[in-house]
Amino acid sequence: MQMLFKNLNLLWNKFKKSNSQFWEELEEQLISSDVSVDTADMIISNIREYAYSNNINDTGIIRDLLKKEIIKILNCGINEKLKFSGNPPSVYLIVGVNGVGKTSAIAKLAAMLKKQGKNVVMAAADTYRSAATEQLQHYGERLGIEVVHHQKLSDPGAVVYDSLDKALARRSDVLIIDTAGRMQTSFNLMEELKKIKRVVFKKLDRDPDEILIVIDSTTGQNARHQAEVFHRAIGLTGVILTKTDGTSKGGIVLTIKNELQIPVKLVTNGEKIENIDLFDPEKYTGAIFT
Amino acid sequence: MFEQLTGKFEDLFFRIRNKGKLSPSDLDAALREIKLALLEADVNFKVVKEFLGNLKERALGKEVMESLTPYQQVIKIVNDEMTRMLGSSEGSVNFSSGGPTIFMMVGLQGTGKTSSVIKLANFIKSRFGKSVALVAADVYRPAAVLQLMDMAGKIGVDVYSEKSMDPVSISRKGVEKFTRDGRDAIIIDTAGRLHIDENMMLEVENIRKAVKPHQVYLVLDAMTGQEAVNIASAFNKRVECDGLILTKLDSDTRGGAALSVYYVVKKPIKFVSSGEKIEDFDIFHPERIASRILGQGDTLTLIEKAQKVIDEKRAMELEEKIYRDEINLDDFIEQLRGLRKMGSMEKIFSMLPIPNKGRILKNINFDESYLDRMEAIINSMTPAERKKPHIINGSRKKRIAKGSGNPVSEINKLLQQFSKTRQMLRQFSSMKGKASLPFGKFW
Ligand SMILES: Nc1nc2c(ncn2[C@@H]2O[C@H](COP(=O)(O)OP(=O)(O)O)[C@@H](O)[C@H]2O)c(=O)[nH]1
Ligand SMILES: [Mg+2]
Repeated sequence: MQMLFKNLNLLWNKFKKSNSQFWEELEEQLISSDVSVDTADMIISNIREYAYSNNINDTGIIRDLLKKEIIKILNCGINEKLKFSGNPPSVYLIVGVNGVGKTSAIAKLAAMLKKQGKNVVMAAADTYRSAATEQLQHYGERLGIEVVHHQKLSDPGAVVYDSLDKALARRSDVLIIDTAGRMQTSFNLMEELKKIKRVVFKKLDRDPDEILIVIDSTTGQNARHQAEVFHRAIGLTGVILTKTDGTSKGGIVLTIKNELQIPVKLVTNGEKIENIDLFDPEKYTGAIFT
Repeated sequence: MFEQLTGKFEDLFFRIRNKGKLSPSDLDAALREIKLALLEADVNFKVVKEFLGNLKERALGKEVMESLTPYQQVIKIVNDEMTRMLGSSEGSVNFSSGGPTIFMMVGLQGTGKTSSVIKLANFIKSRFGKSVALVAADVYRPAAVLQLMDMAGKIGVDVYSEKSMDPVSISRKGVEKFTRDGRDAIIIDTAGRLHIDENMMLEVENIRKAVKPHQVYLVLDAMTGQEAVNIASAFNKRVECDGLILTKLDSDTRGGAALSVYYVVKKPIKFVSSGEKIEDFDIFHPERIASRILGQGDTLTLIEKAQKVIDEKRAMELEEKIYRDEINLDDFIEQLRGLRKMGSMEKIFSMLPIPNKGRILKNINFDESYLDRMEAIINSMTPAERKKPHIINGSRKKRIAKGSGNPVSEINKLLQQFSKTRQMLRQFSSMKGKASLPFGKFW
């Protein structure tokens, strides 16, 4: 993956010493990677201050400072590993707006877990979109993974309830729940998610082990608001960043981590079932500067 | 954001008010605020730079520098410039005279192509009374064809599909078949693809060559970030696009990508899609996006929606009734239903130009069930009670409460609200001579 700041090298070639033009162009690069103005400002002023008070104007050194600053944001505090419950099944609830790649990310994640020898069940709780259940079933068949589903337009809470039963009965390791795409602006649909969460709590006496929001790396500043509203409604534990095989730089993950403290856990980078990876901040930033 | 922008502007101009006029450095400060606001709205940073260049030239002119209200002037110029950048012509559909008009949708994965196909089909069918048919050329995403067929079934439109994995031949055969059948319009749904995926771009080029569509639309997610320009340019280069369909405007995105794309690619935005329902689809109006990017609310759309659900003649009758103070609960429920036809309360609210809307939205729970309850209560009344609400006494209230499954307190609440509304309308109509009826008058 080589997304964030793909064009940064041009900048280092253009400027050997920092000046105000350099700082401005650096900020532009961050913003053109979809980093928010606030987070870009923060990053730039941190390193600029440091550089100033230490008499640094060699852009090569500034580049290392930038790298460290970004790793600091991505790493600080929170564990990016997926959580597994000591009391299976581990329940992963997958949410997000329409078309970001939820269903395919679920199939990829399920395939990844299965390869690690885990027993997985998937729940088709998107009962709204035409053929959404069939899409997940298709993946299920291909992967040999059971998909719990109901009729179209049935209650998603009921699908989740049944899938928990099924996962418990089969002593599955992980249950992954697919949900319908919804805009964060829709109050009713956000309530529906809360209900799904309650169904899990009632059954297992704990919240889902992971509540992951899927974010399309092509998205601009609205991604922050998506994360914010979903987080307020149901408490997110992480982000799945999708479509990183595209040309967007995915700077929104910096914003989301910096401003909302939600870590990226998984990244998808293609339409093949194996195109999924755990998020690795070092690799992510390392790739930036090669 | 616009609220913020306005706020910052006010601070800025408050400081210089005593000076009377704007100095060039004051203007620079104002321009910086505009720059940040546009970037936060996802306008491409290169476009922002150019835009500010134009703006500065105009703002340095006499109209602003000598104005006593420079900040209103600057905002007005921003608005004007932006509307100009978005083009002045509104989207429309042109049909070819001989044979069917062929439409084709292209775009990245997950932008909303399939639903746009369905919505456009429904739009053409219901607005122009034309016969429409669809071709399912997304052979890759699991269940994509099924999705198209299922949705097409709902609007009574035929779909051509095949088991084959060759979208080019499927498209050609589909178009041939529906041309023979004498359809007026054919819409081709293609698979989502990355603009840098050489094989897939070649494929879509070949579909274009094979069926020679009259209109190729690039479907663009309104939430797209800084890359929107490159994505749109790439698609436009490979399969020349005639216009854009901007989707997911029901999100609270500012939609700056639309501005950038139009500015760089110079292809008009033809349609906008703003919800999951089939009718959440409309012709594009540039000035609305301009005010949205600036955060001024989508009042025009709202007014138009209201007009669609309110029948002119009925509105006149109602005005008359208000004038004579004869409004009753029948009218009340009729308005209630009309209001609900416009969408959820939340959606209506989100279109209003209210400052700090984001913050307010966070704190309001839109209790849609309240409207349900009101409807249930009114439905449980007798015609006489609805006509003359003042006859509703204690025992009648109890009956209505039971019938509608609500406590008596809810009945009281509704009657109070009704009498307040009525009082308000009376004052309003005596003030104006006659009340005009925009929408949701009762609220
Ligand atoms: N190029 C690319 N496409 C993806 C990726 N993930 C998902 N997609 C595509 O995005 C589209 C929407 O995906 P889907 O999983 O149905 O989205 P959902 O509506 O959020 O469930 C499909 O065409 C997927 O093939 C990815 O990592 N890269
Ligand atoms: Mg899905």
